[in-house]
Amino acid sequence: MEAASIPEQQPEPEARTPRRSAGNYIWDNILPVLLAVALLYFLAHDFDRTFDDLKTGLSNGTIWALIALGYTLVYGIIELINFAHGEVFMIGSFVSVSLWQLLGLTDTTAAVTGILCIIAVLPAAMLACGSLNVMIERVAYRPLRNAPKLAPLITAIGMSFILQNVGLLWRPTPDSAPDLIRSQVDYFQVFNTGIEHSDVFAVVVTVPMLVALLWFVGRTKYGKAMRATAQDMDAARLMGIDVDRTISLTFLLGGMLAGAAGVIYALYNGTIQFNQGFTAGLIAFTAAVMGGIGNLKGAVVGGLIIGVIQAISDDYAQPVWTNAIVFAILIMVMVFRPQGLFGEETREG
Amino acid sequence: MSAALATFRGNMRTVRGALPNWVWGLILIALAILYPYITDNIDLPILGGHDDLLDASIQTLGYIIMALGLNIVVGMAGLLDLGYVAFYAIGAFVIGWLGSQHFPDINHGKGIHFLVQSESGISHQPIPGIHINFFLVIFIAAAFTAIWGAILGAPTLRLRGDYLAIVTLAFGEIVPRVFENSTSGFFGIGSIDFSNGRQGITPIDKINLPWTTDPFRYPLELKPAYWVALGMVFFTIFINRRLRDSRLGRAWIAVREDEVAAAAMGVNLVRTKLMAYAIGAAFGGFAGVFLGTYNNTVNVDQFEFGFSVFILCMVIIGGMGNLSGVIVGAIFLSLVNRDLLPELNTYPEKIGLNFDVTSINFGIFGFLLLVMMVLRPEGLIPSTRRKLELHEAELENEEIAGAMEPQLYEVRHE
Repeated sequence: MEAASIPEQQPEPEARTPRRSAGNYIWDNILPVLLAVALLYFLAHDFDRTFDDLKTGLSNGTIWALIALGYTLVYGIIELINFAHGEVFMIGSFVSVSLWQLLGLTDTTAAVTGILCIIAVLPAAMLACGSLNVMIERVAYRPLRNAPKLAPLITAIGMSFILQNVGLLWRPTPDSAPDLIRSQVDYFQVFNTGIEHSDVFAVVVTVPMLVALLWFVGRTKYGKAMRATAQDMDAARLMGIDVDRTISLTFLLGGMLAGAAGVIYALYNGTIQFNQGFTAGLIAFTAAVMGGIGNLKGAVVGGLIIGVIQAISDDYAQPVWTNAIVFAILIMVMVFRPQGLFGEETREG
Repeated sequence: MSAALATFRGNMRTVRGALPNWVWGLILIALAILYPYITDNIDLPILGGHDDLLDASIQTLGYIIMALGLNIVVGMAGLLDLGYVAFYAIGAFVIGWLGSQHFPDINHGKGIHFLVQSESGISHQPIPGIHINFFLVIFIAAAFTAIWGAILGAPTLRLRGDYLAIVTLAFGEIVPRVFENSTSGFFGIGSIDFSNGRQGITPIDKINLPWTTDPFRYPLELKPAYWVALGMVFFTIFINRRLRDSRLGRAWIAVREDEVAAAAMGVNLVRTKLMAYAIGAAFGGFAGVFLGTYNNTVNVDQFEFGFSVFILCMVIIGGMGNLSGVIVGAIFLSLVNRDLLPELNTYPEKIGLNFDVTSINFGIFGFLLLVMMVLRPEGLIPSTRRKLELHEAELENEEIAGAMEPQLYEVRHE
């Protein structure tokens, strides 16, 4: 692709910026505006109820954001949808719950012990998922890097099914995670809405990770290598960047975030099951596309938006429709705004 | 080893050369038609009893039709479709609506009948619900799913391979959810029960020859159902062969190989891709109707993502774009799914593990997909052309020593 596009990039850079008319401008911003209007409508309709949804949606959305970052990182660098990513997230949940069960934690474990165990298990789960993701790349994607696009996509699906069935063998039935954080207890109140421990936990774990990731990608040498590889793999190689290692690093980061999301999910929802990864993966992918795939901040915002949409749909429509609504949004965004809600220039040509 | 293989291949060629191709074709067709009598007389423990084997063969014929339909989209036109199960679902629901007692109040409880038995044989009361002859419903369903295929295809034309895959996947997830929840109108509009929720629609009318009022009596007598399915498969193969050699088929291959070059040569991309979706979808509906009536139930639980991958696996393992390859792939995977995995079930215990191999069948299919794609992306019985395409990257890479990465489907269009 890069080779083919060289002659096209020779003309003046202005030629590439799209002309903006008023109509274009409205069209470009219609989806965010519609979403904002819908949210305001619901807030005006029933403030307390919608505010509660907003809270649930945002804290749930942090989980989607963490998974979406994995999609976006990988897509940004090798333009591949890592179908197995949702399954990596599921394995993260399984690892953490298994470790807690191994440590003998139950619902009645003292809070301090619980927190200490979370702090101990979180890096372990992240590391496990990160290495798993690196292994997936090594086995399923690297041999096919020069093959037609169809091929790695198909191996990704194969990998996803393998992992899902590993999960099935591991825990054939839904299992409950020990309630270490007393997730349902209110921490404090805002506008008659109780902010629960689980909400605080999700935010407290996620935010430092997002900051760390943005710092890593934006400010470090390795992050620079990642961005260079994403822009032009061949040029990066010529500049002395070890492309294979950079790609592995990207998968490691994505897998670690998915592992963290798995830990949060287990504590937040309380139940884990082997097929949680498939739906979560699709939802998070929707978030990544919504934010403009390849755009890190966009993925986070997309995750939060999807979380809120889900919560409102669960509440105002029926929960059975929620997934259909999210997938319909996915199709709409992909068809009408493949570059994402915020109009970022991405490599989607 | 390779020498032995070469001799074997040489021998095969001599055997094959002994008779002209059309004679081999006739022999195959005759074998397929006489197959139920053959199964009556063979008794292999691994394949189960006679009726079991025939039953599985009939299901397999249904899968073959679907695999051939998906092959049009994935194999010929090179568009990855991960939501093929949606068309199976739509086709199956068409027979659910047009061939069951699902709408009991229609026509004041007297029902609507067309070329089928209209009264109960015992009480001589009219049978409620819509009942249309199976042989009409297959074509109605094919037309209906073709429309849905085009509806799905239309907005996705601008998307590239991987985005396309996700959109089709989402479509394949939405359709069963819509059916599952449409127990009082679609999206809460209206109050008609379209799907009977998770219970599904059952029973479904049996196949009825138009000139008799006597439906086939499967599962008691499987042979007539087998021949109907075989007829449908022959019809599908015939259409596929004609399509492959037609102007449209050549356009599909051109689009698959290089979209830009195809467009420059005057191939209408929009029309070509839409036709691929519509025709591929039509076969999904075609098979959906048959499997609906044969399984005697239309239930949303049948329409999972795993099924899309199951069919995709058939296409890929057999050899994308090659008709006989796809058919072999479908037969092979059905065999693995039904006979080999239960047979393997004794092995986990021997190595001290305790699990049910059949429950992880999709993991095994996933593994097959992975291994196949890495080691032999062209499938077991590849089409020569597809094989060349899939290895083109390697060939060119050797020439230019890995300096650049030619990507076959990587097309820039502004």
